[in-house]
This record gives sequence, C-alpha cells and structure tokens, in this order.
Amino acid sequence: MKVSYYPGCTLKTKAKNLEDAAVSSMAALGVDFQELQRWNCCGAVHSLADDDLIHHVAPVRDLVRAMDQGSRQVVTLCSMCYNTLARANLLMRNDEVKRKTINDFMSEETDYHGEVEVVHFLNFLRDTVGWDTLRSRVKASLNGMKVASYYGCTLVRPADVAIEPAGGGKVMNEFIDALGGSPVDFAASTVCCGSYQILAHPEAALEVIGRIIESASSAGAEALILSCPLCEYNLAKKQAELVSSGKISKKLPVYYFTQLLAIALGLGPEASRLDLNEAGSVEFLKAKNFPVESGARA
Amino acid sequence: MLPETAPVRACGLVYPARALTEPLCFLNVKGKRKNMPIEISEKTIKHEFIEKVSQLSGQDIFKCFQCGTCGGACPMSGQMETLPRRIMRMAQLGMEENVSGSETSFTCASCHTCSANCPRGIDLARVMEAVRLLTLRKNVNKINPSKVPAETVRELPQIALVSCFRKLTS
Amino acid sequence: MSAPVKQVATGDRAILPEGAKTIPIFVMGKRYEVPETLTIMKAMEYAGFKFLRGAGCRGGICGACPTVYRREGDYKLYFGLACQTVVEPNMYLAQIPFYPANRAVYDIEKIEPVADAIHALYPELFRCVACNNCTKACPMHVEVLDYISAIKQGDIARAARISFDCIQCGMCASRCMGELPQYHIAQLVRRIYGKYIQPKAEHLQKRVTQIESGRYDKALDELQKMDHARLEKIYKEREREPDMVPLGAWMPKDTQYL
Repeated sequence: MKVSYYPGCTLKTKAKNLEDAAVSSMAALGVDFQELQRWNCCGAVHSLADDDLIHHVAPVRDLVRAMDQGSRQVVTLCSMCYNTLARANLLMRNDEVKRKTINDFMSEETDYHGEVEVVHFLNFLRDTVGWDTLRSRVKASLNGMKVASYYGCTLVRPADVAIEPAGGGKVMNEFIDALGGSPVDFAASTVCCGSYQILAHPEAALEVIGRIIESASSAGAEALILSCPLCEYNLAKKQAELVSSGKISKKLPVYYFTQLLAIALGLGPEASRLDLNEAGSVEFLKAKNFPVESGARA
Repeated sequence: MLPETAPVRACGLVYPARALTEPLCFLNVKGKRKNMPIEISEKTIKHEFIEKVSQLSGQDIFKCFQCGTCGGACPMSGQMETLPRRIMRMAQLGMEENVSGSETSFTCASCHTCSANCPRGIDLARVMEAVRLLTLRKNVNKINPSKVPAETVRELPQIALVSCFRKLTS
Repeated sequence: MSAPVKQVATGDRAILPEGAKTIPIFVMGKRYEVPETLTIMKAMEYAGFKFLRGAGCRGGICGACPTVYRREGDYKLYFGLACQTVVEPNMYLAQIPFYPANRAVYDIEKIEPVADAIHALYPELFRCVACNNCTKACPMHVEVLDYISAIKQGDIARAARISFDCIQCGMCASRCMGELPQYHIAQLVRRIYGKYIQPKAEHLQKRVTQIESGRYDKALDELQKMDHARLEKIYKEREREPDMVPLGAWMPKDTQYL
C-alpha cells in the first residue's frame, strides 16, 4: 500500500528519529510511505485573524501539491504540521469567500477546495493499520512498561481538528496498549508545553514544562511519548536544566511514539534512531532488555 | 464619569454604560496602585479599537462575563503581566493603550486552552491574535530574528522559529 | 496634459533607424517614444538615459539591470532584465538596480557545512510564508520558493541545484513579505555546496598538482618566448577534440603533456 506523507522541515533535520522510525515501521508493516514530491514549510501555526489570509497560503500550497500528485490523503507525523494543514484544509472546505481569495492569490497553482484528507499518523495506525494488526506484529512487547502519552495542544485543540473527539478512546493510550505497554494517565497530558515561547519567554515555558514532567512522573510513568519536535525540545532537551534548577526531581525518558513503535516491531537501532535522543533514553531501554545500541546510525 | 443612561456603542451593539463601568474596582491597570479607580468616559473609550479587535478576531468580546476561567486554564498565566480576563475587560472598555501596552498577548502560546474552556464560547486565542496583530502591523517586532543567538537558532527545531516569528514579528 | 510631442531623443547610442516604428513607453512615469525593436536598456538610452548603475554585462548574466514593469490595463507586475526584455507598447517600467537586502558576514573557510549554520546566519529564513512572490519576481525563472523550502528542510545540495541560475539581481528580496534576502542565502548555500559537499573532480586536482610541481614550466616558458607568427601558427594547427565524440573515444596524437 502506498501512502503520501508530509514530513515537515524539522523531521528532515533535528527530528530524524521521528521520521526514520515511522518510515521503517511502516515498511515493516508493508506500507510504503512516500514523501510528497514537492513541499514547503507548513507555517507551523494557524493564523487566527480574520483578514490574515496570506499566512494560510503555505499550508494550502502543500495541500495543492498533494492533490496535484494525485494523493487523496496525506499523512503527517509532526503534530504542529498536522494542526496547521488540517485547519487550513477546513478553511478551504468551509469558507467560500476566503477560499476564492486564496485561490485567486495563488493564481499559479491549481484551485483547491479541500480535496485532500489530512490524517495524523496515530489515526492512520488506528483506522488503516488497526490496533489488532499492530498487536499481532509486535515482536518485542513493551511488556508492561509504564508510558505516559503526551498530546500537548495541537493534536487535541481546537476541537474541529482534534485527532479524536473530546473524551474519546485516547488514541495514544490505545497505541501503547497495542505495543504491550501500560498507558499511564496523567493530569497534564494536554497541557501546552509553552510551545514557541521557549524562545521569547523561556522562564514561562520552563515553569509549565516542569509541571508536565512532574505530573507524568508522579503518576508513575517510566517514560513519556509525544509526536511533536517542539514538545520534544521543550520536554526532553530542557530536562537537564530543570533538574539543576530544582524544578523537577528526576529525569524522565522521552521518546517519539514512532520510536517505541519501531522498537516493539523488533526493528534495529537504525530504525529507532535513539542516537538522536537525550542521554538516558537508550540506557533506560537497555535496562529493559530491548536490543538498542547507542551511537548507531543508519 | 459617564452618566448611567448614556449608551456605549461597540460592534454595532448598544450596551448600557453602567454595565461596562461597574466592576472597575477589580481592574488593576499598569502604573496605577492596586484597586485604584480609573476613569472611563466617552473620551477614553476607543470604539475603533473595540471594533478592530472584534473584526480581526471574529469574536464578540462583550460576551465575556469575567469568570477568569481563561487565566486559570492558561499554562502561561503564571508569567503573564495581565491576566487574559483583564485584557478582555480592558478591551470591552476600549482601553487600547492598556491592552496593546500589555505583554500578555505576546506571552500567549496560542495553545487554545482558554478557548476550549471559555463558558461563553469566546475563542480567546483569536482575541489575543487580534491584539498582537494590531501592534505588529505598525512594523513592530517583539523578537528580533537577527538578534537571536546563533547557538539558539542552531539548537531549536525549525517549527519553533517559524511559529515564534509568525506570532511575534511584523 | 496636452498630447505628447513626438520627439526623437538624442542619446549617445541608439539612433532611430530609417522608417522604424516607434511605440510609447513610460519610464518612471514619463512617456517616451522609442523604436519598438529595442530592449528596455537600449530604449532608455535612446530616450536619453545614461546608466551609471543598472547596467553591466548587457548579456543577461550579471544581474545589474533588473526591471519591474506593468502592461497597460493589467494590475500584474512583470519582471525582466532591461538588457534582455524587448519594449512593449505602453509598458510602465522602473529599474531596481540595487535592493538593500541583509547580507551575513562569514568566513567560508570556517563555516560548518550543515543547514544549521545557514539557519544561524539567516534566521529570517523562518519568516517565509510561502507566498511565492519571489518565484514570480525572478527574471531567470528560478523556483525561489522551492530552494528556500529546501534550505529550511536542510537539503543544501537540492537548494544549490535549484538556485544555480540565480544572477543575484535581488528581485526576489524586493517582493518578499518576510523580508528575506533569498539570493544572498542561496549564494551562501552554493558556496558551501561547492566547497564542502560537491564531489571533487579528481582529474582536475591531479592536473593542478602537476602544474604546481612544475611539470609544464618548460612548455609554458617556450610559449612565452615564441614570436607571434609562430604562436599563431601552432594555435591554428593544434589538435582539437572533434565535436560530439563519445566519452573516452578520442586521444590526441601528441600525448607528452597528458
């Protein structure tokens, strides 16, 4: 099965571990993930002002590219890309006046009306692959590992692009369950990590990052999974700083959900790419007897 | 002070002046001592500002009844200069300088937690965006991309830079 | 405004050919009658303009004469090189010989050949909104947005390839909503690509080493001392590789310098 996917800029550089793990896992499951032939940055955030249409052009252009190459569905891995593309798509479907203005402005492109379906990889796993199939393909079960699912904002807000309805089945928990882990519920699973404010107002972001980590740890999580490179930067790369400033008591290993997928499917280090994770992530899995080696590269 | 009966126009709707001026003692304004009364009159209310915020955000800011759920839910409120509730109140009163002069909208992370929790169904994230844009559109930058340290640019994921520049530069 | 007087401007170059048809063009808002066969550059000189800047190679490659114009009754902006674009009736034009775009300072010897280094020198890259005005403005038809996207995605080789035809005219930057200096960023990318990433031509390196080791000193010395007539003769009689010969199928008879 061939599936078009939109990686996003960060997955091509700093979050290769998010991408490589997903592509390898899908190959193992017989799904051919094909990157869009031509794409640009999605814009990362949805523009919220009524007259600010120019900032919708970037995600719409990507959707046009997907349509032009004959894709009816485009899968995303990064939560921010998912949110931005999905909201732009809704706008193009539902707002006739804005749709016309945007299409007119992009006179060099094919007119777009929301033809493409934007799907997050978690939903693709649930709806197209299926939890039962996934469960049957697991070779190295997470064996009860207590994993906290961190959704952050962009997978669940606003409601019209949420990857599942409010109070739904908790797709990330179902994912962990399918891999043989024990999902850990924690209060801060949809609390924003501070997002881009890590650059402009780091002290405000660090405060909330500390709260999220503490919330997951105190709920008994041994590890935390997420699907956004900016959340990963905030929640993983900033932990050392938070430990030394006393904002968190101990470090918590953080992984992209695709990495645990690759590991559970029994794929090697070149698939899980733990070499790109923070110190301690490899050691934690090694201690659990998973075949992961640090420093290995594809 | 405004006579009780004088109507205040905003967004094409007519509100009794009294409804607008009543809870002023709760409104702490920068540069004023806490709980000091401030003068609200037809002269101080910037109707054009109220209209611009309403148009850009597409929200009826007068729906806000000051419950404060937004600030309670907001992950960034601990570091916010003015709580979102106060921004809403000052916006209702057309206090342009106080709203635009506050760093609150630039401390917002656009996470939509306030919008998801507002009992009045106001999409506060859109109001914050409108307030931000009214400043940014005067060719003002709240962060200067050229001055971000090279190590920081090298370290941050691209989506952090893109989103931050989109929300904080003109 | 009264009807414009038809005048033949006295420039120092173009002279109105006998019976040539003239057409009106508007340079910076002022109307001129110029021969319809001229390029914008020659038409402007015909009309009396003298270029101190805004002209260079006159061959469409130096990037000094980018020109923005509109056609009558059309809102759209068009872009071209003044030395390459033929005038059209009622075109409104202005040259933009220089644009004040940000240019980073770096030492190419010390730079690390990774995307992060480019991002750090030009963080404004991340203000791109993909409006595509850059691509529309490029007189060389470079897919500017595509190479900017490639740089953001960290693909230096792809960006270098896409931007290869850039002549540094700056029209992209003049139209950029994010205030990016696309052409300077692309130049940095090509420099990094050329110096660190592109595979080195081994045969060239071998020959440079041979030259530096003095292998051709004697031959060059002889050539320098040679009289003009003899030099001309051996130049004309030199062995040349025939056109379109398959790779590796030809060798010169004289192989002493290979």
